[in-house]
Amino acid sequence: MQAKLAADAIPISKKRKTWIRTIQKHKVMYALLLPALIYFAVFKYIPMAGIMIAFKNYNLALGLWDSPWVGFKNFTDFMNGVYFWDIMKNTIIISLYKLLFGFSAPIVLALLLNEVYSQWFKKIVQTITYLPHFLSWVIVYGIMVALLAPGDGLFNMILKDFGVEPISFLTEPAWGRMLIILSEVWKDIGWGAILYLAALAGIDPSLYEAARMDGASKWRQLWHITLPGIRGVIILMLILKLSHILDAGFDQIFMFANTFNQEKIDIIDTWVYREGLERLKIGLATAVGLFKAVIGFALVLAANKLAKKFDGQIW
Amino acid sequence: MIHMTIGEKVWQTVVYVVLIILSLLCVLPFLYVVAVSVTPESEVLRRGIVIIPESFTFLAYKEVFISHGIWQAYKITLFRTIVGTALNVFFTVIAAYPLSKKYLPGRSPFLLFIVFTMMFSGGLIPTYLLIRSLGLLNSPWVLIIPNLISAFNLVIIKGFFEQLPGEIEESARVDGASELQTLWRIILPLSLPVLSTISLFYAVGHWNSYFDAIVYINDSNYMPLQVILRNILLNVATQSADSLANSGAVSTFAVQMATVVVTTVPILIVYPFLQKHFIKGVLLGSVKG
Repeated sequence: MQAKLAADAIPISKKRKTWIRTIQKHKVMYALLLPALIYFAVFKYIPMAGIMIAFKNYNLALGLWDSPWVGFKNFTDFMNGVYFWDIMKNTIIISLYKLLFGFSAPIVLALLLNEVYSQWFKKIVQTITYLPHFLSWVIVYGIMVALLAPGDGLFNMILKDFGVEPISFLTEPAWGRMLIILSEVWKDIGWGAILYLAALAGIDPSLYEAARMDGASKWRQLWHITLPGIRGVIILMLILKLSHILDAGFDQIFMFANTFNQEKIDIIDTWVYREGLERLKIGLATAVGLFKAVIGFALVLAANKLAKKFDGQIW
Repeated sequence: MIHMTIGEKVWQTVVYVVLIILSLLCVLPFLYVVAVSVTPESEVLRRGIVIIPESFTFLAYKEVFISHGIWQAYKITLFRTIVGTALNVFFTVIAAYPLSKKYLPGRSPFLLFIVFTMMFSGGLIPTYLLIRSLGLLNSPWVLIIPNLISAFNLVIIKGFFEQLPGEIEESARVDGASELQTLWRIILPLSLPVLSTISLFYAVGHWNSYFDAIVYINDSNYMPLQVILRNILLNVATQSADSLANSGAVSTFAVQMATVVVTTVPILIVYPFLQKHFIKGVLLGSVKG
């Protein structure tokens, strides 16, 4: 009380005083929070400030401050480049295919598992289908080599037995996207199903009993009870996925891409890596990274706004 | 309990068959990798496609482990996974705890400061230049420090702390426990399920990631396992796979596959444990965050 009166007496420093007192009161809490704030400031916000490289003709020798400003030249160079449409097209096509198959496959798996009465069977199938999720993309690529390599790969040995010319699946541009989509579905089908299974478990079983009494077929039950029961989760997941439409899966594609199939599977992120860090076109690559980040940010905001309309917001 | 019509029995059979095929598709490719890795070259030449080998040889594994690179890479990956995960969890927890306190002044702006990084980032090149100017290039710490806290995991733990009953904490405070004691003695023991989930998220992330090592590390002494495997698969390090296979008894292919197995085995060992906890994690983190 005394201290408060004293603070009232000197209005100018009052705000400062209460500020200091708040910190003192919660000093342990702020101390605990401090490392995280420093971490995010250094490793996330400083690179955000580094975005100014996108507007400079960056020169390694001159450094960040002394490199000359070039305005939007890097952006216009990118948009006018011959590769622009190729990598945009690849990024969007691969994302859309992944959305189409990678998104629907787990729902189908969850619906199938939901039909199984035997608990142990359900558990075994789930345990097995989750497994690939925990393997790295390097390992998945290794498995692809085992199956698809031109000389020793399983499929090519089978083709050879039938007298068919071997196909170099891993370097053939025509197979590039297909392999990426298939491996994505393979890796994450079981994992993606978890959420839908949880939602399915929440549907009241008496609805099915009643439907059976009324003589509803399996398809009608699926259409009128099951799908409406998980609609909220489906829509939410769809919106979330849409917000990542420009993230076609860097780790995976970086592993699968080679000089032969690059034309069909090169995406924005792999392009930025090559131009920026291998060919040292730092300003240009940063501009492309920023271009992607800005669009991605807008999509996330839009997705969150949409999600709010449905089942709660994302954060 | 449920009487099935014929149509339903047919439907059930279809469902079971599809699920069995799907399960086989998930597990057989890996078993094939194992089979290739233990099949002697002579048998491949004699029989052609070998799916179930008649005889076994561990020569390919011997070749893999003779090469110096693998042991060193294992060391780096273990260091990265163990030390990295411990630091990840520690720093995530101590940040999540204050942020879970609704009474803490400034909580919302701090939270926004962190969550914003989930939506917008400086991108690869500015991050690379930062790491370079911090002198972290070619240090094993570059695999740990730039990934110290995942905003996503932080939000999950914060959410979990928030829904713990406040009364327990209050009674601890009444008994004279300090904030740190409350966190250590009361909150953490109650949070073991979510903590193990988060630890596993971090650990699997460390074990599986390869790209940061490719970008930030040139020194082959600091290359993690996944990068070595990648080089062997892509025949970048022709010297590693080919010279290994020069002895003639095993093919380069078998050595490649043995390396895949060696890299995967640790994940397979902890998998049953992983699986149990991760399901909780997905459900915790997915929708509501």
